[in-house]
Amino acid sequence: MKELNIMVVGVGGQGTLLTSRIIGKTALNAGYDVKLSEVHGMAQRGGSVVTFVRFGESVNEPVVEEGSADILIAFERLEAYRYSHYLKKDGVIIVNDCRIDPMTVVIGASTYPENIIEELQKDHKVIAIDGMEIAKKLGNSKVLNSVVLGLSAKYIGFTKEEWLDIVRKTVPQKTIEINEKAFLSGYEF
Amino acid sequence: MKEKIIMLGNEAIARGVYEAGVKVSSAYPGTPSTEISEYLSKYSEVYTEWAPNEKVATEVAFGASFAGVRSLACMKHVGLNVASDPLYTFSYTGVNGGAVIVVADDPGLASSQNEQDTRMIARASHIPVIEPSDSMEAKEFVKFAYELSEKYDTPVILRTTTKLSHSQSIVELCDRVEVSDKDYNRDVRKYVMMPASAIGRHLVVEARDNKIAEDGCNFPINKMQILDKKIGFITSGIAYQYVKEVCPKASVLKLGLVNPLPKKLIEEFIAQVDTVYVFEELEPVIEEQVRSWGYDVKGKELFTRQGEYSANMLKKALFGTNDVVFEKKDSPNRPPILCPGCPHRSVFSVLNKLKIHAAGDIGCYTLGAVAPLGVIDSTLCMGASISTLHGIEKARGKDFIKNWVAVIGDSTFLHTGINSLIGLVYNKATGTVLILDNRTTGMTGHQEHAATGKTLKGEDTNAIDLEVLCKAVGVKNVLTIDAFDIKSLEKAIKESVNGDELTVIIAKAPCALLKGQKFPFKCVCDTEKCKKCGMCLKIGCPAITKQADGTVKIDESMCNGCGLCKSYCKFDAINKVEK
Repeated sequence: MKELNIMVVGVGGQGTLLTSRIIGKTALNAGYDVKLSEVHGMAQRGGSVVTFVRFGESVNEPVVEEGSADILIAFERLEAYRYSHYLKKDGVIIVNDCRIDPMTVVIGASTYPENIIEELQKDHKVIAIDGMEIAKKLGNSKVLNSVVLGLSAKYIGFTKEEWLDIVRKTVPQKTIEINEKAFLSGYEF
Repeated sequence: MKEKIIMLGNEAIARGVYEAGVKVSSAYPGTPSTEISEYLSKYSEVYTEWAPNEKVATEVAFGASFAGVRSLACMKHVGLNVASDPLYTFSYTGVNGGAVIVVADDPGLASSQNEQDTRMIARASHIPVIEPSDSMEAKEFVKFAYELSEKYDTPVILRTTTKLSHSQSIVELCDRVEVSDKDYNRDVRKYVMMPASAIGRHLVVEARDNKIAEDGCNFPINKMQILDKKIGFITSGIAYQYVKEVCPKASVLKLGLVNPLPKKLIEEFIAQVDTVYVFEELEPVIEEQVRSWGYDVKGKELFTRQGEYSANMLKKALFGTNDVVFEKKDSPNRPPILCPGCPHRSVFSVLNKLKIHAAGDIGCYTLGAVAPLGVIDSTLCMGASISTLHGIEKARGKDFIKNWVAVIGDSTFLHTGINSLIGLVYNKATGTVLILDNRTTGMTGHQEHAATGKTLKGEDTNAIDLEVLCKAVGVKNVLTIDAFDIKSLEKAIKESVNGDELTVIIAKAPCALLKGQKFPFKCVCDTEKCKKCGMCLKIGCPAITKQADGTVKIDESMCNGCGLCKSYCKFDAINKVEK
């Protein structure tokens, strides 16, 4: 059985939690031991948010630590940059290529790093996607997380059907169709 | 085969409570404990409620246990301080129906004001503590806690931590066991804690402690694994997982019972292993006791009292190295902030403009301490804002607080703020109290409270009118103002801080994240008219950013159209338009 350590990072409110829950359920469905770790409460309020998903034959701690992530899924560029040191040597970054300025940048107390994707590419394999553009084209910016999930799914494993089965069971009833489409547009990116 | 599902630690605790046949649960929200009550409220067999505070919740649990049913109280670690008064004596009375208090510690301060360790309070109050290390254990340990409670006639604390409460792992479900109600028999010596009875109960408590420490050596919740005899760990809770991650071949004594300690079991373990490490987050509660028995164990000289533990931290302490390959990149911080459309921002923008200091409280509005709003000067504990302001006035005189207010949320006001307000009325205070009434308990994720008109189960109920309440305790000046009406707010705050009459201003507007909120508008900046003055940036709205040319851009997906930025634009560059 393979073992995978996945991190999902982003800005509070971007839907990182739902994404990691779908990954966890898909792995569970495929017969793996699974652990997830989430962030609730104050840290969620527009702050930098991290969730972890680990699966394998048997999993101990629920967190992915520095130097042990196989896949880093980032919903925002700066967050990919912030957590890139969590990756293993040959880990992969999947990044939604968008910029959300933290308050420290807005008020001029710090600057948003330039050329993040290029910088990350020096050390890591980076797959960037403009998920928001795709989500908007589909008619609902809220399905951004399904787009990013679809793209990530190719690197995580499992079959397309295994994923779609869980997506259908997890997202709100009314949004199943658009989330499926969003997942597939990421999957086929 | 039993159904296997992936469950949040807190959901698993709720499930355990349900399966244990519990009938009554009372709690006050607090990260990381909140979801326990929310999940539990979905089971129709269990009466669940939000109490105004943790003291009340614990007394409700006492009452239900006293009446003969299994009961629960839930809270975060600092909530246990509020509940301490009933707790210490509940220990003396013991139980009729089983009683469990779930307390969630927050090492690493994900969302708290301190890092206290519940085991210290449990030791002081002589209450047994059990500690699970994943969701499945959490569920099963809850059920064991009720057996323990009834067998040894004691309330039991189930201790969880943020990492356990907010991580998910696999759980197998069981059916609920219906527990028949215990008979109620009047027993003054057991339940009326006046000195004559309490003297006797203190002896009972001490004997109980000793008995549990002895019997605890055979409790199934403790696990001894003797593998490599050169190195061994005594550990519990989530810290156990890090030990298994780093030293899978080491011997481990995993304690499920962490108070009182099963002394003989620990001695048996130490006798078999050369070097013993005590690996426990926060305070050296196990370590100091084991040392006091004369054993040389390793602990806090290697492992910190601060924050959450990790496998990397353990590796570094043991082997001087860990797995990190890449260096951490220097990136600008992204601290939590008030949401777009948050009514607190509006109130704080006025305080900032008037250069007013605020004695703060516990809630999202604590974020008003940071730039660019920077108006909160103190945060101590739930309900402290009002009494802090009072202390300042009594120390420095009424003129000193002419540029001060107390700031407190609606839920926090009802939790313990009201007591402080009574103190102000009684002791002839003159200050200004701002109640930020956003119609919910915001920070913990939107729980109902005594002024929202809904119960935890979502039923309609009486709603306490904050204005009437404040008037009823004797505050003569009580005003309610729309939190987004900055002109009226400015006028009212100026008048009240300069006057000599105790005043409560209720700044009212629902939390922007509250379910059912509609946002038909968005704000758009006309860059032609924008004079790059930066006034709109001073309110610290995450939807507004400065562009390279100095003009501002408002992110349409983030903007909730509250129009606060528009109110501060002197050049009519910001328009509120339909989405």
